[in-house]
Amino acid sequence: MAENILRLEDITMQFGGVVAVNDLSLHVDEGEIVALIGPNGAGKTTAFNCVTGVYEPTNGRVSLLGDVIVENHPQGKMKGQYLGENAGKYTQVVRHTPDQITQRGVARTFQNIRLFGALTVFENVLIAKHMRAKQNFLSAAFRLNAKEEKRMRDEAMALLKEQDLAQYKDEVAASLPYGLQRRLEIARALATNPKLLLLDEPAAGMNPQETQELTDFIRKIRGEYGLTIFMIEHHMDLVMQISDRIYVLDFGKLIAQGSPAQVQNDQRVIEAYLGVADDAEN
Amino acid sequence: MNEKKSKKGAFIALVCVAVLLALTIVLENTLDPTKNIMLFTVLKKGAVYALVASSMNLLNGFTGLFSLGQAGFMLLGAYTYAILTIPTDTRSAVYYLYGGCAINFSLPELFGGGAAGLILGVLIALILAGCVAAAVAWLIGLPVLRLKSDYLAIATLGFAEIIRAVFQWDKLGPVTNGANALKGFPTFSSFNIKGGLRLSTFVAFLLAAVCIGVILLLINSSYGRAFKAIREDEVAAEAMGINLSRHKRLSFCISSFFAGVGGGMFAMFATQAQAKTFTTAMTYEILLIVVIGGIGSISGSCIASFLYLACSEWWLRFLDTEVVLKSGFKVPLLRNGFRMVVFSIIIMVVVLFFRKGIMGDKELPDLFRARKNAKVKGGEGNG
Ligand SMILES: Nc1ncnc2c1ncn2[C@@H]1O[C@H](COP(=O)(O)OP(=O)(O)O)[C@@H](O)[C@H]1O
Ligand SMILES: [Mg+2]
Repeated sequence: MAENILRLEDITMQFGGVVAVNDLSLHVDEGEIVALIGPNGAGKTTAFNCVTGVYEPTNGRVSLLGDVIVENHPQGKMKGQYLGENAGKYTQVVRHTPDQITQRGVARTFQNIRLFGALTVFENVLIAKHMRAKQNFLSAAFRLNAKEEKRMRDEAMALLKEQDLAQYKDEVAASLPYGLQRRLEIARALATNPKLLLLDEPAAGMNPQETQELTDFIRKIRGEYGLTIFMIEHHMDLVMQISDRIYVLDFGKLIAQGSPAQVQNDQRVIEAYLGVADDAEN
Repeated sequence: MNEKKSKKGAFIALVCVAVLLALTIVLENTLDPTKNIMLFTVLKKGAVYALVASSMNLLNGFTGLFSLGQAGFMLLGAYTYAILTIPTDTRSAVYYLYGGCAINFSLPELFGGGAAGLILGVLIALILAGCVAAAVAWLIGLPVLRLKSDYLAIATLGFAEIIRAVFQWDKLGPVTNGANALKGFPTFSSFNIKGGLRLSTFVAFLLAAVCIGVILLLINSSYGRAFKAIREDEVAAEAMGINLSRHKRLSFCISSFFAGVGGGMFAMFATQAQAKTFTTAMTYEILLIVVIGGIGSISGSCIASFLYLACSEWWLRFLDTEVVLKSGFKVPLLRNGFRMVVFSIIIMVVVLFFRKGIMGDKELPDLFRARKNAKVKGGEGNG
């Protein structure tokens, strides 16, 4: 059996008495586009943060291509307060910082765009090349390895060209219009050479036409960069068009999963999503 | 295209620095230093402060870590430099209270004395001064850098105070000379050639220029970009694969290294090293220079350093002396201490109304470039 590129097992994230993600298990296979949907506050972003090392889940395990990258069980004060299930199933503690997880090939974008605002478009992309650069601060400062610096710049420039952002390369990132900032954030994530790309509401704030362009764009980058894509999205037409599979989260719990057609007709999803489902039909 | 431009900018900057260095030699050998004490004081101290302010800017302006430990690291540098360079035969006189010094070698003598020994000894002592400061920064970096903004400032401020107390501790007397000053080591004036060229200002400028050059090289390297990314957004920087703790610690150590070198140079300028001079007030002075020059601009820090010192030590001096006009009219307000009042008001106005400082986050070559671009754009508009 081929390994799942990403696998979450019984992930629970509890903030004090709030269970933001409750016993979430899911998997994403190589080359798939998988969507995670659910009403606001359902715990989708929190689930992403558990995968990328921003939060340490209270219980559960995350593995990447078969390697455990995150594992935890209720400890210390949490032992008494734990409200989730499966306590005692996981015994190891595995932690990785977000940068280590990025180096293992997981890149992400943020729900509220997080660019390096005062830096140029080119620098934003170039920074992704820093982690794999073969130089220390002395050789970098004294330009002892000019080839390495040139390689980084060439790769970043090539990516900007591929993403049609080359013409903006010297603009300050914060001065770009919203749509371009979204695209730059994706380009910056691609610059880390990921295997798995996590997109947190990439179409937020976009009109229908822009959303359609984004749909084509996501398909295109999956093919060109051999990516697997796991995304959170609210725009139902986008989700239904491009997802291979969909997971639905409500109040931290998985309430449905399956193909777009299956999920669309699921009674619980319609209930949880009543407002949004209506919107999608209009 | 941009790379070419930045190369051109670097070249122009290099030429400017060379001209400036030549100018210091000309100035010091045409003007009589004994009649222009203030000018040369401001120039030398300005060079030292420019370096220390740049090092603080690297941390506060480029990495976004608000640290207030600068005076502590300068103190470490000043003492390291002094202890390593006081001539062995004057040690018993300097350390007379403690019956001589526990350390009995002097770097300039180890390198054979004379001009070559002096140059090598001073250089190596300054580098070691930086290394000691950097090593201490590395040690305290692990616990301290986990703290966020204000807490980091308080922790580093406390660290500097502790260092100051430790160095005045009587038990360490045989090494630090207790609360007494260390004297007799080579100063900037030691580089004046007897009956020949006066080079003291030149040496101060040269040392500062080389160090600031290294800081600029680092800022414009891949590591400098990583520092700026951390300043802009820590979460995003981490998501781009930047190891936060490693890079913060690196920036802290490098900043402290140059503060240490600056401390050694400060000792050379002041002709003595004494723990009680490295106060929190000194850190605030440097912070002010950074703010006035522009947080995130090294050229701003350099310009502001000279302006600040010229104002505080020289141009406003007249405010401190009472003036009685011929008619017998005593000019109001002018009296001892009034200078500091006026000075504080100027600073408050700058901080309140010119928050971006002189340069904002731009460097000098950027300004020329911006003007050129504006001209090109303006030209297009007219045509
Ligand atoms: N750092 C945090 N501390 C406390 N509560 C949090 C934190 N992050 C998220 N939450 C809570 O977790 C829940 C899920 O939030 P989130 O994952 O952002 O939802 P979604 O992305 O699905 O809209 C919310 O109730 C939110 O208040
Ligand atoms: Mg969210």
